Amino acid sequence: MAWTIYISFAGALLLALLPKGRPALARWLALAVAVAGLALAVQGFVAGMGQGRVTLVDLPWVPSMGIHFLLAADGISRVLVLLTGLAAVAGVLFSWNIELRTNEFFAFFLALIGGVYGVFLSFDLFLLFVFYEIAIVPKYFLIAIWGSTRREYAAMKLALYSFVGSAMVLIGLLAAYATAGSHSTGLVALAHAGLPVSFQMWCFPLVFTGFAILAGMWPFHTWAPTGHVAAPTAASMLLAGVVMKLGAYGCLRVGIWLFPHGLDPWGFSFIGIGSWRDVFAVLAVVGIVYGALVALAQTDFKFVIGYSSVSHMGFVLLGLVTLNQIGVTGAVMQMFSHGIIAGLLFAIVGRIVYDRTHTRQLAELETMHLSRRLPFVAWAFVIAGMASMGLPGFSGFVAELQILVGAWKVAPWWTMAAGVGIVVGVAYTWRALQKAFFSDVRPSAHALEQEHGHELAAITWPEVTGVGLLAGVSLFVGLYPRILLDTIEPAVKALLAGGGQ
Amino acid sequence: MNGIPVLTVLTVLPLVGAAIALVAGKHARAVALITTFVSLALALVVWTELPVDGSIGLVERAAWAPSLGIEYHLGVDGLGALMLVLAAIVTLMSVDAAHRVHHQPGLYFGLVLVLEAGLFGSFTALNFFHWFLFWELSLIPAFFLIKLWGGARRGPAATQFFVYTMAGSAALLVAFLAVFLSTGSMDFPHLTLLASTGELEQMVAAHLGAGVMGWPVMLWLAVGVLAGFSVKVPMIPFHTWLPAAYAEAPSPVTMLLTGAMSKMGVYGLLRIAIPLFGHQIAQIRTPLLVLAVATVVMGAWAAAAQKDLKRVFAYSSVNHLGYCLLAIFALAVPAVGVAAQTSQAAALNGVILQMFNHGITAAALFWFVAMIQERTGGHRGIDDFGGLRKPAPVLAGLMGIALFSSLGLPGLNGFVGEFLIFRGVFSLAWVAATVSLLGLLVTAVVILTVIQKVFSGPTPEHWASFPDLHHGERLALVPVIGLMFLVGLLPQLILDSVNPTVVNLLAHWRF
Repeated sequence: MAWTIYISFAGALLLALLPKGRPALARWLALAVAVAGLALAVQGFVAGMGQGRVTLVDLPWVPSMGIHFLLAADGISRVLVLLTGLAAVAGVLFSWNIELRTNEFFAFFLALIGGVYGVFLSFDLFLLFVFYEIAIVPKYFLIAIWGSTRREYAAMKLALYSFVGSAMVLIGLLAAYATAGSHSTGLVALAHAGLPVSFQMWCFPLVFTGFAILAGMWPFHTWAPTGHVAAPTAASMLLAGVVMKLGAYGCLRVGIWLFPHGLDPWGFSFIGIGSWRDVFAVLAVVGIVYGALVALAQTDFKFVIGYSSVSHMGFVLLGLVTLNQIGVTGAVMQMFSHGIIAGLLFAIVGRIVYDRTHTRQLAELETMHLSRRLPFVAWAFVIAGMASMGLPGFSGFVAELQILVGAWKVAPWWTMAAGVGIVVGVAYTWRALQKAFFSDVRPSAHALEQEHGHELAAITWPEVTGVGLLAGVSLFVGLYPRILLDTIEPAVKALLAGGGQ
Repeated sequence: MNGIPVLTVLTVLPLVGAAIALVAGKHARAVALITTFVSLALALVVWTELPVDGSIGLVERAAWAPSLGIEYHLGVDGLGALMLVLAAIVTLMSVDAAHRVHHQPGLYFGLVLVLEAGLFGSFTALNFFHWFLFWELSLIPAFFLIKLWGGARRGPAATQFFVYTMAGSAALLVAFLAVFLSTGSMDFPHLTLLASTGELEQMVAAHLGAGVMGWPVMLWLAVGVLAGFSVKVPMIPFHTWLPAAYAEAPSPVTMLLTGAMSKMGVYGLLRIAIPLFGHQIAQIRTPLLVLAVATVVMGAWAAAAQKDLKRVFAYSSVNHLGYCLLAIFALAVPAVGVAAQTSQAAALNGVILQMFNHGITAAALFWFVAMIQERTGGHRGIDDFGGLRKPAPVLAGLMGIALFSSLGLPGLNGFVGEFLIFRGVFSLAWVAATVSLLGLLVTAVVILTVIQKVFSGPTPEHWASFPDLHHGERLALVPVIGLMFLVGLLPQLILDSVNPTVVNLLAHWRF
């Protein structure tokens, strides 16, 4: 599985060196690399079934500081690597029409993918942080160069938020390294180091918040919707689909694993909040409900999806702080599920619809009768919307169900508030569906003229393939959740037990 | 049955048919006809293979997601099998009736078949997850069938239908989540067993606390589940989505909505609500009976006030399913003595029979409306017609039979179910039964008014050449009308298989 990282960076390098003016070659090369990565991810996933943590590579890097180039994979990593592979392939497919500086686009794209693979497979704290930072840079360029609406602003905002988060993480990590005094930056070693409780109490919120910024935790979420909207489609698919998961993954792998006592009660309580766990649960629930309500009020189709990501990521965070088997498993499931579904939604809205209609305003889309003119897209969105609403049969249902069950065991009122978020989720998805595709509004004379003027471009094979891939995966996981659960559950159990074996 | 997972095959078959129909273009209806015909044959096979003791048979089990209590668990008893047969018949009728779909026929028949799969799936599921999957699956095609092929005000009608049913589903989901949290199980037979010994109540109280806002948690859960099903049936005051949806949907789709989908609600009450929450429902029996009686009486009265044939039959459906609700809530009482038990059994037999009969009769009535609309270019006002029996005697005769079946004339199917219901309810809740008689009376007035205004009286000149049913239509209708006589004259054909199930069900219910 380590090769997923190497070939992605090699592909990025190759693309950067490729002669310009050969966009077709760049595309196929990028697709080949992404497919190879997916194949490795699938192979690693299948081979890893029923196994615990497996070390992939362990080379000394900076021996004097105990830093190793240590790659390993447990069930959580395997599932998220699989997600990254899927998102990468879909992302390339939905970037098939990029004509501007094609080589560089795919080079950045693959570099980002490589960084993400790296984060999910690193079991050395320093290495993890390096990959985490590597992922931020290509993200900035992808938005700043190929983006749309207010792209410089969005790119800068995203980068600043990410760097602030990283800085918080870095401080926490250095402090942990110093406090542990074990002269190793290996995650396993640190988890066993037995950091003092008082230290964990202040270090945990710092690290957790740092990572949670990238996961879109309210009130640090504001980079997400603007970033998603400004990003080119493939980048928003990766942003929402995978990059936000980096944050959530960091919260789990670093925050909760290394600082388990950071979630212990403070010993006093203020308006019912008596620990960092309560604080983050409240923020998660607020994010769920707030994101959903704001999505309900949007006029821009892509913002609806952008805010829905904030809401869905709130479920991930809620699942994490339940700290019980079923809730955390649900959180990992939700990471996977949301990665797939958000990718699909952004692809439909940002790429398939926008490239043909050149508008994302729901009010304008209302007059276009897209269900008649682009039936494939309309039905693709129906499926994606059903998945996003969390209807049974799709991956989101199982994930959110587990999170709710887990949360209920801890504090029923979190669950009830999150349930409100689900209901609003149905409402905004359904509102967007109605307005964008199935509206009965009579078109204005001008719109009619345009409709006759030029036919909307036909759907292309990369689009059909991409939609089929993502929708198929969500449906398959929804109908047969054990395929992932059997891999996630033992890993979560080990992680919550502390030792990680 | 010889190791063939017949219930799985039955559920998957329409989905396969739907996939083929989607790409079959103008041959989609033929594909749908073949699929629904084979489905009906399979459903009848299931009916004949039922265990004679009324227990759940044809069971299929497989692990699915054990950590969430999700299991692939299918099986049917007399109730489930009868609903399968009904769903298969109604879908076949609906496809037969829909021969004028010119706009995207592939999609239309694909959605109809997905809806059929949803019905089959929810009537055979014995695990909440599986059941809920198909319950929701049937909602999506129904929404789009109304939204894309409906009448002038289809948009709001579809929306209202969707929002109401979704809200009901949310209530159901929350209630079941709570049950799962307390018991770790989503298995209907297992939960029924727990409820019959009173353990379920203790487990819920132990996990979720004794009470919320003065009521036991279990009672809240019962209310949530009831709300979910009340929307689907519907029960007053959750019925307001229905007239618009039934009127705006194309008539063949209305046949499915009223003939089969409304039964999902009653079925849910019998398979889920009463078995799990029978004791709680017994506690709030009086207000529920009031609502049921209101559904019966006000449904009939509202039907009397309508001018649109489809709305007349829509409200009349509310009224007819109200009898089912009436009987279900009336029998939710601890039975002391043989007489009370016999009454309960009679009422429950009546409910199940009424579900079947209403499905057939209501679907037939909407089919007749479709035929009238085709001939008149969309007219369906009750005052638009007159004296149609002269130019179209066959239509008038056959529709008359269906109308009398709806009225509950002895010798036709409608009578037997309602008779058994009243036979049971009179000794279990005589006040409710007496007031509900008013509903019977008003229904009779409604039906006779329809017959009088549409078929009798002088024939207006512009309807003088009103075309009668052609051979194809007669051929299609004869089995349906025949079925009405058959069930009316030989109800034991159904009751022989239903009664053991009734005994079995009542033995496991605790009020």
